[in-house]
Amino acid sequence: MKTKITIGLAAATLTLAMASCGGANTDAPPGAKTPPPGAAATEAETKAPDNMITAADITLGDIDQTMASAGKGIYELKCQACHSVGTNRVVGPGWKGITERRKPEWIMNMMLNVDVMLDQDPEAQKMLEECLVRMPNQSLSKDDGRHVLEFMRTL
Amino acid sequence: MKRPVLSALVLLSGAGGLFLLFNTMQGCRPQTAQTVVSGDVASKVYIKPGSHDEFYNFVSGGFSGQMSVYGLPSGRLLRDIPVFSVDPENGWGYSEETKPMLMTTHGFIPWDDSHHVEASMTNGVPDGRYMFINGNNTPRVAMIDLKTFRTASIIEIPNSAGNHSSPFITPNSEYLVAGTRFSIPMGTDAQRDVPIETYKENFKGTVSFIKPDTATSTMSIAFQITTPAVDFDLAHAGKGPSDGWFFFSCYNTEQAYSLLEVNASQRDKDFIMAVNWKKAEQYAKEGKGKMIDGKHYMNHYDESVHSATSKVVDQVLQLDPKELTDLLYFMPCPKSPHGCDVDPTGEFIVGSGKLAATLPVFSFTKMQKAIADKDFDGDFVGIPVLKYESVLHGEVKKPGLGPLHTEFDNNGFAYSSMFVSSEIVKWNVKSLEVVDRVPTYYSIGHLCVPGGDSKQPWGKYVIAYNKITKDRYLPTGPELTQSAQLFSIDGDKMELLLDFPTTGEPHYAQAVPAELIKDKSTRFFKIEDNKHPYATKGEKEARVVREGNKVHVYMTCIRSHFAPDNIEGVKVGDEVYFHVTNLEQDWDVPHGFAMKGAPTAELLIMPGETQTLKWVPQSVGVKPFYCTDFCSALHQEMQGYLRVSPAGSNVPLKFETRSVDAGS
Repeated sequence: MKTKITIGLAAATLTLAMASCGGANTDAPPGAKTPPPGAAATEAETKAPDNMITAADITLGDIDQTMASAGKGIYELKCQACHSVGTNRVVGPGWKGITERRKPEWIMNMMLNVDVMLDQDPEAQKMLEECLVRMPNQSLSKDDGRHVLEFMRTL
Repeated sequence: MKRPVLSALVLLSGAGGLFLLFNTMQGCRPQTAQTVVSGDVASKVYIKPGSHDEFYNFVSGGFSGQMSVYGLPSGRLLRDIPVFSVDPENGWGYSEETKPMLMTTHGFIPWDDSHHVEASMTNGVPDGRYMFINGNNTPRVAMIDLKTFRTASIIEIPNSAGNHSSPFITPNSEYLVAGTRFSIPMGTDAQRDVPIETYKENFKGTVSFIKPDTATSTMSIAFQITTPAVDFDLAHAGKGPSDGWFFFSCYNTEQAYSLLEVNASQRDKDFIMAVNWKKAEQYAKEGKGKMIDGKHYMNHYDESVHSATSKVVDQVLQLDPKELTDLLYFMPCPKSPHGCDVDPTGEFIVGSGKLAATLPVFSFTKMQKAIADKDFDGDFVGIPVLKYESVLHGEVKKPGLGPLHTEFDNNGFAYSSMFVSSEIVKWNVKSLEVVDRVPTYYSIGHLCVPGGDSKQPWGKYVIAYNKITKDRYLPTGPELTQSAQLFSIDGDKMELLLDFPTTGEPHYAQAVPAELIKDKSTRFFKIEDNKHPYATKGEKEARVVREGNKVHVYMTCIRSHFAPDNIEGVKVGDEVYFHVTNLEQDWDVPHGFAMKGAPTAELLIMPGETQTLKWVPQSVGVKPFYCTDFCSALHQEMQGYLRVSPAGSNVPLKFETRSVDAGS
């Protein structure tokens, strides 16, 4: 929410800022509110919401094997340590069937804007409560993210 | 110890400040531990939580061998950069990748003494790309890359002993210098194996010119100039009109080789040696030097492979000023000069005779005229000595006791440190008048103004690096932290703002605006660009490979587990190499690696990096390893086991990371 300071009213901004400082989410576990040193996104780092992927940004057609194969390479380098391609959870959830459970823009935002998602998205916060490890920002480009999404569709 | 009464006048101001006006008579030693500050200084150094400092301050670690980075004006310690000494905080000198950085012709040196920090320059101004620092005991110069705040290269200086007069730089980073403190016999074994008492006959000094290569972050020795046997102390390059010249202070022109405290303090004047380095460069290009023995190491840490390599060079190009004319001139300078500092205009050269009652300021224009007119006062071991009066701009009279170093602001003022009278003295470079003085606590050595040895100082502050701490902080037994002091120089009067503790013993330092550096700072290493030969690109590649008695563990780490974390089939006496790759791709998420009983060390691995720990297990058992850098809520779960079997056993090599539910 601290990235949303486009509101003209100082009071409204203050309220929002306070909310993001722990006034809200009182039911979140301590691990979610006070992530360990080095794990939390800094204010400067949190990407602005206008970088967020929306449904309009993604077109899904028949599975593109070239993209999926590029996605598999990225998966093996940056994701596989924590995510299986089955249904089981390793550190994070297994990916089998994930494109049926989640909207593609939600998946893309978890990959590209994970810090914003963990700060703002209730579903992402629920996952954090379950897994207790903040999903790392693995510095994927937009194309990288799209390729991984295509790989997920093959699972 | 009984302290003399403070001769100060205490005034209470209705405006809300407590002012102590010191008796600032010349030579007055500070006589109290109390700090002389006005009421509002806290606001001038207070950087509110989450905000950044205006300047980076790069400070030598002295006997620690390292370089520390502080923020100014807060004085907050931001980083200790390991350079010439091993560092248990991050494995510098312990990991296989960093060991070559500390290799020399004398073998692996785990601890040196670092003295002077110099900034890379463009057009005579620090450009924020590199810092350089000298290794004093085993002569070396290091190049620190300010993108990573890591030591990129270390070069050894041959035919040198005590690399004190170093690593000062020319205005466009053409050369760094390394002047030997000790003169020594050099050449073949027979030429070096001589009685000490043949000093005058057999000993020589050298000043080396080192070429930094910013494209590769490496250095090489371009040439060395041999000099008469004296002790070189400090140096600074000319700039502006004096660009092309280098100035070195030298003492022990008595050529003493024992009890220098007395025997090297006999002559009324020693020298500032002026070197025409453009001329030397030309001679070198014309092939007029001689290649002579000068074995030295060139060590470079390459971030693309996250590893260092050493290259050994056997010879060095030497220029002999007795054969090649117009290279060197001596300017007489009173009483064992220490600091040798050139003002921002490049016209004035300040020599600080540490035993002298005056501060001589030399004029470059006059020096050029004296050389043209051959206005000599004889020679010293064949090198022309210019007449003192002919090259002198003037003397600062009674500046204080024990002048050591001078820095400059951008308004025509100089700031000189006075060790014996423990004060900073501000004086006008042109008129030579002393305009202000402040006490320091205690016994100042070097001092630093941001950009204070450049063409365009940023000014604003002067920092005193004091040699004695005594009672400035809570006592910590016989060993105390060192103490720096920050003064504002914005007004006519210098104003003490802050004491801050420093590690090791700071000598020279540099301060540059944060803007020059902070946005270029590397946040993590791209895993795609990791070309380490033992990198593990993804958990799928994690494995253990046996080659004879060598066992290579290709291990990955990510929040919060290692792969593999169960290893069997290792035997007592095997050489086990843990090549640990951190798969994280986010800022500030290092992982650590510690193996029980590993006598070598631990590792600290930055995101995207690979580092290697070598371990030779000595006993049978199942040995634990774990992550030493708190990385997530499940950091305490980041651990593994390695089974060590007896030498010669048949336990098969096995490695895995088991998930509860294999899934698929």
